[in-house]
This record gives sequence, structure tokens and C-alpha cells, in this order.
Amino acid sequence: MKSDKVIEIDHLSYDYPDGTPALRDIDLVVYRNESIAILGPNGAGKSTLLYHLNGTLRGDGRVTILGLLVEKKNLKEIRRRVGLVFQNPEDQLFCPTVFDDVAFGPLNMGLDEERVRYRVERALEMMGLKGFEGRSTHHLSEGEKKRVALATVLAMDSEILALDEPTDNLDPTGNRTLIERIQLIPQTKVIVTHHLPVAVDLCERAVLLRGGRKGEDLPTRDLLKNRELLKEFGFDADFAQWMYERKKL
Amino acid sequence: MRHAFLDHHSSAESPIHHLDARAKIIVFFTFILIGVSSPPTSLLLFSLLILVLIGIALFAKLPLGHLAKKILIILPFLLVVAISIPFMKKDGIGGGYNLGFGGLSVSQSGLWILWNVVIKSSLGVFSIILLSSTTSFPKLINGMERLGSPKIFTILASFMYRYSFILIDEMQRMKRARDSRCFGGRWFWQSRVIGHMVGTLFLRSFHRGERVYLAMLSRGYDGTMPETTASRFGLGEILFLSISPILLFLRIYLR
Repeated sequence: MKSDKVIEIDHLSYDYPDGTPALRDIDLVVYRNESIAILGPNGAGKSTLLYHLNGTLRGDGRVTILGLLVEKKNLKEIRRRVGLVFQNPEDQLFCPTVFDDVAFGPLNMGLDEERVRYRVERALEMMGLKGFEGRSTHHLSEGEKKRVALATVLAMDSEILALDEPTDNLDPTGNRTLIERIQLIPQTKVIVTHHLPVAVDLCERAVLLRGGRKGEDLPTRDLLKNRELLKEFGFDADFAQWMYERKKL
Repeated sequence: MRHAFLDHHSSAESPIHHLDARAKIIVFFTFILIGVSSPPTSLLLFSLLILVLIGIALFAKLPLGHLAKKILIILPFLLVVAISIPFMKKDGIGGGYNLGFGGLSVSQSGLWILWNVVIKSSLGVFSIILLSSTTSFPKLINGMERLGSPKIFTILASFMYRYSFILIDEMQRMKRARDSRCFGGRWFWQSRVIGHMVGTLFLRSFHRGERVYLAMLSRGYDGTMPETTASRFGLGEILFLSISPILLFLRIYLR
């Protein structure tokens, strides 16, 4: 099933408003139900690339999502289909209660009350947050906030999920819980991270970015064996070896 | 960090807590209206109003001590303004003290004005505290909206509620960072640093606003907030609402 392209990026370049170059000549194709990890040091342009997937940022070049070109007239449709989860859940969650936040997307899509309730319930259940509907966002722990942020997008039934550092700021347990929850999501996923376990456990393919340019594009298991690349990106080679062995079992 | 300075006790369980927010808003505002519109001499009416409010507080299982403390917080501000009035008015002398060097006298109408201010403001504050202690802020906003308050106000209020906590956290973090780097020195230096902090807070809030807007757009926001649904009116609400006409009746016939 490697024929169904859901994301096509063609010669994408982007400069920040102050003129600093952020992305240079990026080509990327993602197929349906694939999960890819975007890895790279801080400032490599990972998040910037992610924001192009739903038209939050628009640079030079062509970005096509599910056959739709990212341009003004398609934005509404594209944003329905690409669920973008921001790095900081405080930005993502702006409603007084968890229910309101998760319902925001489905309500904007014009669904009726019953369907909205069903979607909210299902999304919260998938994230292991059953019964959190009435809670105030500011009373949640960081891990819970991260999962609510994911639920807000899951409730929209997007075909593509774009996650920006989903495990950033979490303790090891919260990290593990979140990885396990994301593993349950069948959709196509693009995950920006600098956490090797996130990339390995969630994605079969890794795309490396260096200074706004696309570097290697390889299966994550090959990355685990590539000592040179691991060293360049500051990953622990012994840990990678251990993960490789575990994955083979 | 957790805060609940706005709606302490609002998540407790009681029949009053479960009522639709609209009913509670209407009833507590009736209390305020009737309190404010009554002449200060109708002591019986005021005592009745306070008794009913205490009754509601007990029924809602709210600790009276906590409520009293909250009301006391308001009183100093009020007294500072009101306490001087009896000394200003110069008509019927209500009483006097001889302090050894001439006298200090209080006027009768001045005393009435003081009483007027004290009883009405405490009544109003008591009603509002009861309302906010039995209704969570999100429900309160939803109730206001369904009672016809303009949407722009309710949206603004709900964003303010959500982000005030984040702003407070951010300010506390900045303060800690500042203090752990041996903040001190002369006032000129201090005021400069505080000025920078306020500026930074503003810039951060501004950028956050931008990111929140993007997050909203990503979930299909098109300029109108979607309607959220809430509870319905039942027997309890109608019973509770009946307090309003009774109060109105008392206001008219009780002098």
C-alpha cells in the first residue's frame, strides 16, 4: 500500500519574517498510515516544517495534502484533515473545561450535539482520560494536559496527525504512557521530536533536518545502527544498540 | 501550581450547586437589587434577606466561617470610605464624645448613611460570594451567555479566566528567577528590573495570544465561538427561582 500519498512537499523554502532562513528546498512524501519522525537539533526547522502541513505557515514551494494544494481556499478543508498538536498544551487548550476544549473542533465542524458528545467521549477514552470532561484545564498535570491536547485533535477525526514534541516536559512514566496512547492511534502521523525512543517506538521512518535542509530519510531501525549519524545528532549509541536489540525480539 | 481563588468551594456537592446557573444568577441578583433599592430604615427586610442568604448557604453546605472571612476582606475598603461620613454631616447630633480638648460629634443622618453603605454592600458581597461559591466559573459564564449577555463579553471573560492562571504562574516563575539571582540594590535599579519584567510579561502574553489563535484556527475556528450545551430547567430551578417573586413581594409590602 505504498502508493497512496497523503503529504507531498515540493521544493519548500521558508524565511522567518525577520529574514532568517528557516527551511531550504525541502522535498518530502508521506504515504497513508505511515508514521514518520522528524529529528534534528534545536533550530533545525522541525516545527516550522510541521506548521506548513496545515497552512499555519506558508512558504515558497508546493505543499499538497490529500490531493489538496495548501492555499487560502483549501485551508478550512485541510485543517479538518490535518490535526496539529502544538508543543505547549497551554497554547492548545484555551477553554475553561476539558469538555469545551475537546468539543471545540467538532463543534466548528458543525456536528450535532449527540455526535459531538460521542466524539469527545471517544477521544478522551482513547487518551485514558475518561471522566475528565468537567475538569478545569489549569488543574491538570502536565501529562494530562498533553493528552487532552491530543484528544482535542483526535475528536476531529483528522486523517493526518502532526505532533510537535508530544513528550516534551514529561517525566519518564508520563512519557511511556503517552507513547503507548499514541501507538493506539491508527492515522498517518508526523512527529517532531528529539527523543530517540519516541521516534523508534512510534515511527518506522525518520527524516533528519540540518539547518533547515533535509538530510537522511531512512527507516528508524537503520538509524539505530548508524553510529556516525547517532553521534552527529547527539544520541547515545549504546542506548540505540539496546533499542535495536529489543526491537528485533 | 494550582489556584482556585475565584471559585473556591464551587465544585462541592449540594442541591444548590446542581441548579442551573441561570436560576442562581437571577435569584442572587434579585437579592442585590432589592437590597440596594430598599430604604436603610427597613431593618426587618434586611434581616430577612440576610437570614434567607444564610439559609441558602447552609443548604449549600458552605462553611459559614469561610464566607464570613471572605466578606470581612471587603469591609476594610468600605469602612475607610464610609467611616468619615458621620463626622462630615452637620445636622442633628446623634452623639458625642468629649476628648478633653473640645468635642467630637457624630450626626444622625451621617450614621444612617454609614449604616446604609455597610448593610447594602455586605448584602451585595454576600450574594455574589454565594453565587461564586456554588457555581463554577465556566458554568457562570455559560449561564450569563444563555441569559443574553453579549457573546464578546463572555468569550473575553472565559479567556481571561483560563489565562489569568498562566499569567500568574509566569509572573511567579519570573519573580523566583529574579530573586534567586540575588535581586536587590537601590530602588532605581529595582524599578528598572521590574519594568523589564512587566514588559517581558506583556510580550510573552502577546506571543501566546498569537499561538492560541493559531491553535484555534487549526481546529476550524472561523470567528464565531461554537455553542456549548448545558443543563436544563427542572423543578428544582423553578422552586429556587420562586425566591425572587417572594423577595419582590416583601420589598413592596414590608416597610
